[in-house]
Amino acid sequence: MKRLLVLVALMCVPLIVFRGTMSYYLSLMTMTGISAIVAISLNLLLGYTGQISLCHAAFFGLGAYAAAIASVNFGLNAWIGLGLSCLLPAGVALLVGLPTVRLKEHYLAMATLGIGVIVYASLRADPFGATGGPGGIFAIPSLELMGVKIDNDISRHILVAAVLVVVYVLCESLIRSRFGALMQAMHASPKAVSSLGIDLEAAKLKVFVLSAALAGLAGGLYCFCSPLAYINPDDVASVMLSVKFIVMVVIGGSMSLLGGFVGALAVTWLPEILRAASAWVPLANPNDFETVIYGVVLIATLLYAPQGLIKPGGARAHG
Amino acid sequence: MSALLQYLLTGIGIGTLYALIAAGFCLTYNTSGIINFAQGEFVMLGGMMAVWLHQFQGLPLAMSMVLAIGLTALAGMAVERLAIRPARGSGMTTLIIITIGVSFILKALVGVVTKDEFQLPALPGPTAVAVLGATITVQTLWILGLGFCIVLALGLFLKYTLLGTTLRAMAEDRQAIRNLGVESQALPILAFGLSAAIGAAAGVLITPLTQMSWLKGTELGLKGFCAAVLGGMGSLPGAVLGGLVIGIAETCGSAVFSGYKEVIAFTLVLVILYTRPQGLLGGRL
Repeated sequence: MKRLLVLVALMCVPLIVFRGTMSYYLSLMTMTGISAIVAISLNLLLGYTGQISLCHAAFFGLGAYAAAIASVNFGLNAWIGLGLSCLLPAGVALLVGLPTVRLKEHYLAMATLGIGVIVYASLRADPFGATGGPGGIFAIPSLELMGVKIDNDISRHILVAAVLVVVYVLCESLIRSRFGALMQAMHASPKAVSSLGIDLEAAKLKVFVLSAALAGLAGGLYCFCSPLAYINPDDVASVMLSVKFIVMVVIGGSMSLLGGFVGALAVTWLPEILRAASAWVPLANPNDFETVIYGVVLIATLLYAPQGLIKPGGARAHG
Repeated sequence: MSALLQYLLTGIGIGTLYALIAAGFCLTYNTSGIINFAQGEFVMLGGMMAVWLHQFQGLPLAMSMVLAIGLTALAGMAVERLAIRPARGSGMTTLIIITIGVSFILKALVGVVTKDEFQLPALPGPTAVAVLGATITVQTLWILGLGFCIVLALGLFLKYTLLGTTLRAMAEDRQAIRNLGVESQALPILAFGLSAAIGAAAGVLITPLTQMSWLKGTELGLKGFCAAVLGGMGSLPGAVLGGLVIGIAETCGSAVFSGYKEVIAFTLVLVILYTRPQGLLGGRL
């Protein structure tokens, strides 16, 4: 409960602080919120269930493209697009998930990486002229709620914050449910769980599909909330983005949902902090160091503080 | 007919490089039991260092290539000591993420120095040889010759020398090695140095053929990884077969489905993972 309040506060304060000329920072917080939804979805999979996924950007991208194609190419209502942004990645995850969840460790890493590369390359290759190739899709309409267009920084931020809070609450209650206990038990001792007669693969598949649906929802939000009303494969589906989501979860704390948010915050704001720091430290190009820092922080976290910044949360969470 | 032969020859050339990269994965896997997602960065480091030594330090080509391989081997050893050894005992997923972190660092550090693309001068010999109406470049012949020599030497080393057998035994049962009185701190370092060197060898061989830049390592590493998984993780003949299959499938496939070149290797890998996860030549899982 305390953690939920922290989350709500961190999402609401920017609405008051970042006004007028600082509205750029508000849109950065909106992006943080969207990334946090993906990080939370990955928390369920990587942190609680112990399954690595190197294709979450693919689900995010599929969500964004489902929403964009439905609303631009087919002219459907944007809310239907947002719904499809959940359904398409969930469907894809269901399709590829059954053989995938049987795999372990590096085979799972490889298979999910493969899915990620295939989705990214396919979006770039412009199948059926639907995705616009490397250029992406332009002029995406905005969402509309009870006659109010969600087309400015503030309304977009409120929408994302609201969805984030709902996702957080739902996932938190999932973790505290019987199924959540099962997820954590599968991670701690898969043998013990299957010896109880529980179908491990079916349970893993459920988490995989749910996680993909949430990542897709975040992609749909990105599609309608990106200030330029524009998406392209590099921004929403690159393999690098999948790895960034992993970085968020690991440094924030893979066994706590608030950790996902904190990780998203750190990764989204790092370029800004580097830019600010370059005023004091002479660096040729501060953003060059972004990836170095991800690498160093990732390794240092795993070696010296494997739980991440935020300690495990949830009543049954341990181990 | 000659067009098909041309695709085959090109595919075999590329495939040999993939096989070499896959052999590096294989070596780390067989000796430390881990998958090194930074293997592709060693390929890039090898190529970039050879360029630096040859074009910016003025060393002769052959000497730059050998030195670049040696320097990359040192980098590989440093990686084992600084990032892998402290994580011994962590789960496989943690180790995978750590090697991803290593690949970030290596790639981005090179990117900080230069983001340009470089190419080494061609290796000596006539420019091209005609084979049944198709042409094969001398670069490809060098790659074929040296590539197979390296893989063969590696295979013989692992199978028939005491050190090679010890390295393989280490992946099977570290404690047993220790009980036999072998101090195993230096062995993983050696194994990492060796696989970095093999990666670097692939890097110096590819750099006269195509442009090398800080971003290339990831792409090449993934192809090598695909080859290793396709052939059967840990099997050297599998790595060669996997590399060749992916090289040929890619060159022939991209002629048919242009724009989907990147998809081909991974589709093959997904098919094999779903139907025969131990790979084409892998024995056990």
